[in-house]
Amino acid sequence: MNVTTLIERLEPQSEQEACEIVKQARLDRWTLAIEGGGTRAGLGRPVQADAVLSTRRLSGITLYEPAELVMSARAGTPLSEVEAALAAKGQMLAFEPADYRALYGTQGEPTIGAVAACNLSGPRRIQTGAARDALIGVRLINGEAQAIKSGGRVMKNVTGLDLVKLTCGAHGTLGLLTQVTFKLLPRPLAQATLILDGLDDARAIAAMGSALSSPFEVSGAAHLPTGHDGAGAQTLLRLERDEVSLAYRAQKLVERLAPFGAVRRVDDEASAALWRDIAQVKPLTKAHGPAIWKLSLPAHRAQACMQAISENLGARYFYDWGGGLVWLAVMPGEDAGALRIRAAVTEAQGHATLMRASDEIRTKVDVFAPLGAALMKVTSGIKHSFDPDGIFNPGRMYAGV
Amino acid sequence: MSIPFPLPDDAILARRDEILAGLAPLLPPEALITSEDERRAFETDAFTAYRRVPLAVALPTSTEEVSGVLRFCHEQGVKVVARGAGTSLSGGAIPQTDAIVLGLSKLNRILDVNFPNRTARVQAGVTNLSITESVSAEGFFYAPDPSSQLACTIGGNIGMNSGGAHCLKYGVTTNNVLGVRMVQMDGTILDLGGEAMDAPGLDLLGLMVGSEGQLGIITEAVVRILPMAEDARPVLFGFDTSEEAGACVASIIGAGIIPVAMEFMDKEAIAICEAFAKAGYPLDVGAMLIIEVEGSAPEMDAQLAKIIDIAKQHNVRVVRESKSAMETAAIWKGRKSAFGATGLLADYICMDGTVPTGQLSYVLKRTGEICAAAGHRVANVFHAGDGNMHPLIMFDVNDPKSAASAEHIGLELLKLCVDAGGCLTGEHGVGIEKRDLMRYQFTEDDLRQQMRVRAVFDPQWLLNPAKVFPLDGRE
Repeated sequence: MNVTTLIERLEPQSEQEACEIVKQARLDRWTLAIEGGGTRAGLGRPVQADAVLSTRRLSGITLYEPAELVMSARAGTPLSEVEAALAAKGQMLAFEPADYRALYGTQGEPTIGAVAACNLSGPRRIQTGAARDALIGVRLINGEAQAIKSGGRVMKNVTGLDLVKLTCGAHGTLGLLTQVTFKLLPRPLAQATLILDGLDDARAIAAMGSALSSPFEVSGAAHLPTGHDGAGAQTLLRLERDEVSLAYRAQKLVERLAPFGAVRRVDDEASAALWRDIAQVKPLTKAHGPAIWKLSLPAHRAQACMQAISENLGARYFYDWGGGLVWLAVMPGEDAGALRIRAAVTEAQGHATLMRASDEIRTKVDVFAPLGAALMKVTSGIKHSFDPDGIFNPGRMYAGV
Repeated sequence: MSIPFPLPDDAILARRDEILAGLAPLLPPEALITSEDERRAFETDAFTAYRRVPLAVALPTSTEEVSGVLRFCHEQGVKVVARGAGTSLSGGAIPQTDAIVLGLSKLNRILDVNFPNRTARVQAGVTNLSITESVSAEGFFYAPDPSSQLACTIGGNIGMNSGGAHCLKYGVTTNNVLGVRMVQMDGTILDLGGEAMDAPGLDLLGLMVGSEGQLGIITEAVVRILPMAEDARPVLFGFDTSEEAGACVASIIGAGIIPVAMEFMDKEAIAICEAFAKAGYPLDVGAMLIIEVEGSAPEMDAQLAKIIDIAKQHNVRVVRESKSAMETAAIWKGRKSAFGATGLLADYICMDGTVPTGQLSYVLKRTGEICAAAGHRVANVFHAGDGNMHPLIMFDVNDPKSAASAEHIGLELLKLCVDAGGCLTGEHGVGIEKRDLMRYQFTEDDLRQQMRVRAVFDPQWLLNPAKVFPLDGRE
C-alpha cells in the first residue's frame, strides 16, 4: 500500500501523547503503521493501516554514561546522532546496526528504535552478539495504551520475564517502542582485514571456521564468491584491536591460515570500507532488479545449501557470519524463488527471510519463514497479549499477527 | 520466616493416590519417587530457609516422558515445579505440597558437539561445567560460569539466565544459547531456535531464558561454544577503601578496557575467603579487586600495564599478579567459594541486586550502614564490572529474631538497588525470595503485561506458580 494514500499521519512529541493516540485509535478501531526514518519500509509484509504513527518527534539521547557502557535514547533518534555521540567518547553499538538504505534505495535517517524493533545486526554479530543481545531495556506502549517498561539500564538483570527480547525483532507488531537502552563497547583503536583469494565455498567456510575457532577474536568472517569487485573469490577475516595486539594476532592468524593459501592484508580505512559494504549488502545491491533474501543457517550446512540453490536458480550470493548468514539475490519471477529457496534452507535446518521484493510478491510470498502450528499459536497469543485489538503494524510479520 | 506460600489445594492432596497411579505408567518405575523419605530430599534448594515436601517427584528420562507427565498434570490440574540441580539461591526450585517436582537430572547427556558450527546440543540436566569439559580438549569452552558450575545444570541456567564472573566479556546465558527444546504444560513439544544464529518470528527463545520454569520445561539446549583465550592471568589489587576500588573499576571501563572479569571483595569477604582458600589475598586492605586479563603474554603485559597505571591513580596499595596456574586456580577458588566459606562461619542470605556501576560506592556505604544498624555482619563479594552486588548478610539460624531481621535487611538492600537505578536480581532470579518486591520495581501495568504473556503458555497457573509474581492480583 502506498503511504501517501493513508488518511492521517500522527507524530506524537511525548510518550504521553503517544498513549493518547493509541487510546483514541482503540476507540475508533483504527490500525496504525509504525514508522521511524522510513528507510526500511520495504522490510516485512506490506502493512495496510488507517494511519501512520511516526516516532520522528520522539527524539534525543536521554542517558549516556560512558563509564557504565550504557546509552538510552528515544525511539525516533537518528542512528547517526547516536553513533556520533558514542564515537565522540570512543564507544560504539558493537553489533554494527545495519543501514539498509542501499538495499531499499531509500533516503532519510534510520532510527535507533527501528534498529531495536527489527533486531538488525551486522558482521560483528558473530563475535559480540546481535542487537537483541545489546538491548537491555525498553519502554513501549502496548495496544491497551499502557506505557510499560521491561529491563532497565544495568548490564545484568533477570527480574521478571524478558519482554525486551520479545519486542526486539517483533517489527513493531507488539507495540510502539518509545525508548530503548543499549549496552555499548569501546571502539577498537585499529583494524585489519586478512584476505584469502580464490577459495571455493567449501574451502572458504573451512577457512572462516578455522579463524573463528582460533583464540584471536575474529570480528568479521565473510566470503564473496565473485569478489568485492567481481574479480574473483575473496574470503575476508577482520581483526579489531589496539596496535600491539593487532600486529601480534594478524601474524598468528596468517600462520594459522597457511593451508588455505597466501594471505593479503588491508588496514584501517580500507578494511573498514570493506565491512561497511558487507553490512550494507552492497555486493548485491548495485543492481536494483533482483529480489534479495537473507538466509540464516548452521555454518557447516551453508555450502551444500547454496549449491542446491545455485543449481536451480541463477543466483548471486555472499556469506557473512562465517557462513551462518547468506545474502542471496535472485530474479524476482513469480515468487522470488521462494519454493526452492525455502526447501533448500529447511533441509539445512535454517530459515530464509525475503528482504527485498515488490509489494506484490511480499503479499503473496511469506516474507518471514512460516511457523509450525504450535509456534504460530504461541505467536498469535503473544500478539494478542500485547495488542488485543490488533492495532499495531497488522500483518507485518505474519497474516493476522 | 515471612514469605507466604499459596494455600495447598485440598482436592489435589486428597487425590494423591489417584494422581500417583496416573503418573506411574508414564515413567520407568525408578523414575517416580513417592516415599516420604525420598521426597524429602527435594523439599528445598539452596534457599534453605523454606521447605515444602512435594506430592511426588518425577525424574523423566526423555522429552517424550516429560511431555506425557505434563499432559497428565495439565488434565488433572496438578502443579509442576521444575528442578535442575536444586542450586537456586532464590527458591526457584522449592516445591509446594500440592505440586509434583519434575527433575531433569536423568536427562544428563551431551548429544552432539559440532565444532565446525561451534555449537553443542545437550540435554537439560547436564552440568554447566561438563559442557566445558566435553569441549576443552579441542580448545573450546562454554562461557557463563556461575559459582555453582560444578553442580548446576544448563536447564537451570537457562531457567534463571545465569551469569558468572566472566560475563563482563562473554555475556550471560541468554547471549550464549541458540536453541531449546521445551515442553508446554499441555504436553506440546516446541523447538525454539536451533543451530543457526537466529530463528524466524518472535524471539521466544529470549523469552524462555530467565522465565524461571513459568512457561514450560526445557529438555534440550543448543549452546554456543567459544574458543579459549591463549592464556589468562588474574591480578589482585588492594585498596584502602571500597570507594577507591569502585572508582578504579569505572576508570578502567571508561578508558576503553574490558577485562574478562572484575570481581570485588570487601575486607570481611577477603578474610573469609583467604581463610578458606589460602589464595594469597592481601589481608591488610579495605577492598580488593580480582581483575583478569586474557591473551598472549605480551598482550596481557600491555593490558595490565594500562590497568596498573589507572589503579595507581586510585591509590592502589597492593598489586599481586598470578605467577602460575596453581596461583590462578587458588585465586579463583577463593572467589568462587565465597558463599561456601561464609556458610562455614555463619548462616547467611545472599542478595543479588544490580546497580549502575557509578552508584557502587554509595550503595556499598549504605549497605554497611544498614547492616551495622541492625547488628548483622555483612561480606560483600560481587561482579564489579557490571554492578551485580552480592552482600552476604550473616545471621544465627537458631535465633528466629536474627533470621527475620536478616531477611528484612535483605529486602531493604534490594530496594536500595532499585532506588539507585538498578534491579532486584542480576543473576539469581526472583523465585519466592523477591516475589513480593516485584511491585517495587515494576508498575501494575508492567506486571500485568508480563502475566498476560505468561498466560499464553500456562493459563491455569500450574507451572511453578508460587514464584516470580506476587500472589495477589494475578490474572
